[in-house]
Amino acid sequence: MPQHPARAAPLLSLRQIRKRFGATRALDGVDLTLRAGEVLALMGANGAGKSTLVQIISGACQADSGELLWRGESARFASPRAARQAGIASVYQQTSQLGVPGLSVAQNLLLDQLCSAQSALWLTPASIRRQALAIAATVAPELPLEADFADLSPAQCQLLALARAQHSGARLIIFDEPTASLSARESTALFTVIEQLKRGGVAILYVSHRLADLRRIADRAVVLRNGRVVGEFAVPLQLDAAVEAMIGGQLPARLTRVSRPASAPRLVLKQVQLLPGARPFDLRLHAGEIVAVTGHLAAGKSRLLHGLFGGAAFHSGQVNLDGVPWHAASSADAIAAGVFMAAADRWRSSFLPPEALGSSLSDLMALPHLKRWFPRGWVKQQVLDERARVWIDRLGIVCDGVRATPDQLSGGNQQKVVLARWQSSPAKVLLLDEPFQGVDVAARHDLIASIREMKDRAVLIATSDLEEALEVADRVLVMERHSLYDPGVAPHTGTLLAQLQRLEHFVGENAVNASFDLDYTQ
Amino acid sequence: MTSSSHTIPLAAEQSQRRRDALLGLRRYALFLVLALLLAGFSWQQPEFILPANLLSILQSSAVEALLGLAVTISLICGGFDLSIGATAASALIASSYALVVWQWGTFAAVLLALGAGAAIGLFNALLIVRLGIPDLLATLGSMFLLGGLQLIPSAGQSISTGMPLANGGVASGGFSAGFLALGRARWLGVPLPVLLVASLALALWLLMERTRWGRVFYATGGNREAARLAGAPTDAYRVFACVLSGTLAALGGVIIAARVGRGDVSGGASLLLDSIAATLIGFAVLNARRPNVLGTMVGAVFVGVLLNGLTMLNVPFYTQDFVKGAVLVAALALTYGPGGARR
Repeated sequence: MPQHPARAAPLLSLRQIRKRFGATRALDGVDLTLRAGEVLALMGANGAGKSTLVQIISGACQADSGELLWRGESARFASPRAARQAGIASVYQQTSQLGVPGLSVAQNLLLDQLCSAQSALWLTPASIRRQALAIAATVAPELPLEADFADLSPAQCQLLALARAQHSGARLIIFDEPTASLSARESTALFTVIEQLKRGGVAILYVSHRLADLRRIADRAVVLRNGRVVGEFAVPLQLDAAVEAMIGGQLPARLTRVSRPASAPRLVLKQVQLLPGARPFDLRLHAGEIVAVTGHLAAGKSRLLHGLFGGAAFHSGQVNLDGVPWHAASSADAIAAGVFMAAADRWRSSFLPPEALGSSLSDLMALPHLKRWFPRGWVKQQVLDERARVWIDRLGIVCDGVRATPDQLSGGNQQKVVLARWQSSPAKVLLLDEPFQGVDVAARHDLIASIREMKDRAVLIATSDLEEALEVADRVLVMERHSLYDPGVAPHTGTLLAQLQRLEHFVGENAVNASFDLDYTQ
Repeated sequence: MTSSSHTIPLAAEQSQRRRDALLGLRRYALFLVLALLLAGFSWQQPEFILPANLLSILQSSAVEALLGLAVTISLICGGFDLSIGATAASALIASSYALVVWQWGTFAAVLLALGAGAAIGLFNALLIVRLGIPDLLATLGSMFLLGGLQLIPSAGQSISTGMPLANGGVASGGFSAGFLALGRARWLGVPLPVLLVASLALALWLLMERTRWGRVFYATGGNREAARLAGAPTDAYRVFACVLSGTLAALGGVIIAARVGRGDVSGGASLLLDSIAATLIGFAVLNARRPNVLGTMVGAVFVGVLLNGLTMLNVPFYTQDFVKGAVLVAALALTYGPGGARR
């Protein structure tokens, strides 16, 4: 039996850790202790120093000053490899860093052994499979060993990384936003594994923006702000207090509107089928209204948004825009009609490589509007810069001016740039696909306030995070197996927590029902 | 605490200043080296700096510069066109054949060559945009295709007046004075090809750097998905880039034919490599780190100056490729090397 966490000697202690990058102080004297069998949540807004702290612990960078005690002895990890050998493993957010595509899952499980100099020269597929089974047994017995790593879901990638970490005898596992790309069901499975590891005496350092996660698994939370520890909270977590410590002030009141607008609907979907065989659904959106669609990762949220924005057309059904049947054949069509979309994954869908012409903030904000702003073709840079300055002020984008490139910005500020692009022109409908990925609470509030300010547009937000959905929307709908359901949750009544539980329950139920549907739909 | 907070800003300021200086050096490094080269060559060989020689440098770099523009445009739009050299060589043969064998007029022959270039571009676009073949592979294929195709009309022979024909006759047409003027005429002492390339470069520079169409070209090349989601007709832009690059390459071939006055068969491989070198050297100009029209022009002139100067110093011609390679590697190191990240 592991000792009770509070009485055990600390596994890891940090004392007065400082780190500077150029003129900015990323960490300004951080103290932290972590005991075996404990889940410590590390909270903080973007740029608070969470990543730097995690990098120092995991050997990816070194502190300028301060002391790191690992199992009671002073240590300094020169590389991630050194930290790993000492027993510190990391499970990263980007699944691409968790394994090697092109190799099978079994080979990936054995990667540490295969890459080591002591590895046997001659390995038969049978022996690889046998060893891989042993590694996966405790944490991830259901992994498909023969599959290619590239075909795994994000959740499976994480389980694979966890199995490797556990097998290599890790005493501390660092999670960096592990649930960012997981569905609610997958997150629950991950939490079960974390509980299991915890019982085995492994310490967990859990970095996340998601309060719901922390509420479920953290024993203790440490809040960072501007490179310092500004608060420490024990179970039961006072989430509101923790969030206030994080942003350094009171949260603005939620600005949800209570009554539905009386005006004619802006966008009406009638009997739309996203895919052949999917259950048809209706949807009505009013100007000035924010509707969130939540649900599992591949439930069809993105397909709905892309379909409205000129992507793959719906299988059947009708779309009315301002009462007139409407169809966008391309994104250019949709933009011309005033239907805008900020797609998921801003680096893939919205930004250019930093060295390309047009990768500065002002150029990126203007890209879809160049045709309207400069009908004669000549681009006036001063015009672009002036418009960008207005939006940088309005959204409070922290940056080095309009010529900065997004790679220099934190996640929240990057997302503000994306939003500014679509807010800077009049619109009828604004579609936002996972707009809050890697965005902290404070930045999320700025984004929402800006969206609420614009009364001309109907806003449809797709997010797999139930809590986000409840926080930002007037109405929350659930998408499951390419159809929309109304869980009957009204965000403006009752506590956030109660609604969250109700919504989680609904999504869980629905998933069960949907899996029964599976047989006759295929 | 107080003492350290005094020293930190100072150190930061110093390192910032050093970084700024380095950045400035990086921006103008190529111009600096060019100036040094000019000074060094004219000190060793006073004739080097005479206007006549400088003009001949420009004249000899004109075709590489023009083909460099073709490469630059395809690179800006996110493609790499390996068929540039073969396109130029094919246009050279096409115009010569039309003049010599078919006895066409100057205008018609030039039009045929440019049309052939545009058609090749369209063919590349078909392979790349419609069939989805990766650009490098598709244009490698058309490079081979053209390298063989251009040998067929003249059975592998150079095309000149009086060449025997397959039907037993003799080609009686010739290169008209009007056609030859395209490669040899001068206006106020400046060779026509130089004027032609300079004005085309200016037009393309304006298009790429100052208009919204240029932004879309760069956006398409930088992140096609992002450009499409911003409402850009990316496929149309990619097709246009292919066609424009093929037409520019064909013009290069016409200029060579007019300068030489004979339809020499060649695969155009050296033309391709030289124009790619000019474009890549251009990445380092003003630390742009991207294909850009001004950089390509500077790159072409840079190579021209170097080769001309070395020839004047009696450096054997067979070292030329080595010198070009060294310059290219140095320029790329300057662009991407340590500290090459913009900030």
